[in-house]
Amino acid sequence: MIHWNSFSDFLAMGGYGLYVWGSFGVTALIMVIEPIAVARQRKTTIARLKRQLRAESRSTEA
Amino acid sequence: MSNIVFSVIARDLKLAMRRQADIVSALFFFIIVVSLFPLGIGPELDLLRQLAPGVLWVAALLATMLSLPRLFADDHRDGTLEQLALSPHPLGLVVTGKVIAHWLVSGLPLALIAPVLGIQFDLSGEALLVLTGAILLGTPALSGIGAIGAALTLGLRGGGVLLSLLVLPLYIPVLIFGAGAVDATVSGLGGEGHLSLLAAMTIAAIGFAPWASAAALKIALE
Amino acid sequence: MNDRFNLYRFSSPATFYPLAGKMIPWFIAAGTLLGLVGLYIGMLVAPTDFQQGEGYRIIFIHVPTSWMSMFIYLVMAFWAAIGLAFNTRLSGMMAQALAPTGALMAFLSLWTGALWGKPMWGTWWVWDARLTSELILLFLYIGYMALVAAIDDARRADKAGGILLLVGVVNIPIIYFSVKWWNTLHQGSSVNLTKSSMAEIMLWGMLLMALAFWMYSIAVALARVRTIILERECHTDWVRAELTGGKS
Repeated sequence: MIHWNSFSDFLAMGGYGLYVWGSFGVTALIMVIEPIAVARQRKTTIARLKRQLRAESRSTEA
Repeated sequence: MSNIVFSVIARDLKLAMRRQADIVSALFFFIIVVSLFPLGIGPELDLLRQLAPGVLWVAALLATMLSLPRLFADDHRDGTLEQLALSPHPLGLVVTGKVIAHWLVSGLPLALIAPVLGIQFDLSGEALLVLTGAILLGTPALSGIGAIGAALTLGLRGGGVLLSLLVLPLYIPVLIFGAGAVDATVSGLGGEGHLSLLAAMTIAAIGFAPWASAAALKIALE
Repeated sequence: MNDRFNLYRFSSPATFYPLAGKMIPWFIAAGTLLGLVGLYIGMLVAPTDFQQGEGYRIIFIHVPTSWMSMFIYLVMAFWAAIGLAFNTRLSGMMAQALAPTGALMAFLSLWTGALWGKPMWGTWWVWDARLTSELILLFLYIGYMALVAAIDDARRADKAGGILLLVGVVNIPIIYFSVKWWNTLHQGSSVNLTKSSMAEIMLWGMLLMALAFWMYSIAVALARVRTIILERECHTDWVRAELTGGKS
């Protein structure tokens, strides 16, 4: 079923390895970086909002 | 109904005449940009003749972009725009008047100067004629589409550049058929198809764009 | 089908927030599964292409990302229309949440298109109709994101962005048609990026990868919209409870 004879054949991609893996590689990179960026943005936003909440409650107490 | 359109045109033209420097400097921008290309590419006339339609059209797009922020910004600054929006007249008609007035002081002069610049590129008489006609037909669409961008970016920081970013992709069909009309004429295929499509785009733009613009203005004025 | 009352409930950010949170793992799972099967078929099972050799396998990324970049824009325009018609807040937030993912899909489409074109036609870029239209689509995404970023007032940003999206979506067919005309006039041979005859198994691989990218996009957009909701609704009681509850 599997098309390739060996792993090195698979990597070489019939001579097109640079292009194929360049495509898949950048895609994989983006699909890792984007979710991380979203998670980081979420953490930063929550931290900022919590800080704002604390500041507000302190000022209403005072 | 046409009364409000004509009064807006008359008013905007009167105001524009008081600041003729704005109109003239946009025109000179067009001239300078067009003259830059041969300096960057080289004086070979064959090459320049081929590039001329595209160069002239891109310069026309950029010159139009320069004058677009003025479409609403001045009236917005002194409160007139709010008054116009609150008036019983449909804001879409007011915008239509403004777009036509804008074309009269920006697109029309470009169309009149373009053949003179076309001579610098050694375009034939027939090509120059089609070029002028194409710019005349296409620039109202530029004003119409540009009005949408001007309304969306009203009062925003980074206004002019942001406006260009929004509007230039939308200008691409006009650019393709405007320059294509001249190319087709030069290559002997005839530019009638291109010109008809340009006319259709302009009619559609003048018909629909003012209403999208008016909606964007109402949002900006809220 | 749920009765309409149920659906409208979820147009409230407060109700949608926990729903989105529960849905994300499912979309991640679906995307991963579809992606693994798609990659297995595309990379390990599908045969070599007769004309293009192994390089053709890039289509398993290029075509799905192109489709997604266009589909996401349409979805954004749909939410823009809903938001303008019904004045809902969540629609605008959803459009803003989708934009970066759509732009990245457009970028990937261009990137993989270049890497496909270089060995096939010798240049990193060809001005064929579809690649050029994809580039213009990327400009439209960037324009939308720039406009929304430049407006401080959230509701004005939603509505202005909405109008820009609707204008854009109307223009996309016009732009595509113009570029197609422009391309056939200036290039004699038609450069065909999609094969006219493709082995069935290659089509399956493409379809599965497309679905995988779709699931991924939904998961990322849902995650992003949750952050946007927290920020926009930060003065409501339920967000305060959420924040002080200490959950992250």
